[in-house]
Amino acid sequence: MNALKNPAHRAWLVLLVATAITWYLGEVGAAGTLSIVAMLLIAFVKGRLVILDFMELRNAPALWRALLEGWLILVSSLILLAYWISLK
Amino acid sequence: MCAMTAIAPTAPETPARRLPGDLAIWFFILAEMLAFAVFFSAYAFARATHVAEFNLYQQTLDRNLGALNTVLLITGSWFVVLAVQAAHRDDRPAIPRNILLGFLCGAGFLAVKVVEYAAKFGAGISMSTNTFYMFYISLTFFHFMHVILGMVILAILWVQARKGVYGSHDAHGLESGAAYWHMVDLLWIVLFPLVYVMR
Repeated sequence: MNALKNPAHRAWLVLLVATAITWYLGEVGAAGTLSIVAMLLIAFVKGRLVILDFMELRNAPALWRALLEGWLILVSSLILLAYWISLK
Repeated sequence: MCAMTAIAPTAPETPARRLPGDLAIWFFILAEMLAFAVFFSAYAFARATHVAEFNLYQQTLDRNLGALNTVLLITGSWFVVLAVQAAHRDDRPAIPRNILLGFLCGAGFLAVKVVEYAAKFGAGISMSTNTFYMFYISLTFFHFMHVILGMVILAILWVQARKGVYGSHDAHGLESGAAYWHMVDLLWIVLFPLVYVMR
């Protein structure tokens, strides 16, 4: 359990589990609003882990952290908007 | 004086906020990410007007290979973080070793992608087949090129690391290359659910 003190190890494990969940949602043919929101949330959590623990921006100047996290929010929002339009 | 020396070593360390690597690489990364943001949005909005087509042809994609490639990039990124951590604690042999493992994960990604492309192109699918395949091929190929560039950077880092360039005294070059490699991973983390799974 000592190994889990390293944020990179924790991030790697969460990323693997999150990938398995997205794959599983594909396998069961998940579709529609709820599954789209779930997959975007999973992608957001994964992206944030990469930004904070792999790119090591957790303790970077606030501007750069905001720019990359902002990119993730922007992309997720645009995708959500486009999918919402497609359901109209 | 006595109180000062007693307090100093136990005072909590608050490391200054620091951007890993060189500032220039972060501007480059941001520019690349904006290009991909445009691509991702273009895919999503094109899909909004071709929902039936996108949902139909998305099912022809190999989700297992897509997920396997996600695992390869995540693991490749993780190895490169371990290389940076090794540099900070001056564990010299672990630096090139982890860079090499990260590079091999990238090579695995390319191999899986080639298998996937071979199946699609072998079935006569091309950019002009339909809108969905146009996006699938251009988006994944644009990303594919970035994986190759990331691997070229890792190869340079490996050579430099073997020369003993990186350590706690200086890891800027290593951190810059690592940041680019993580960007390649970050982009795939959005691309995989978007193109392969979301419907």
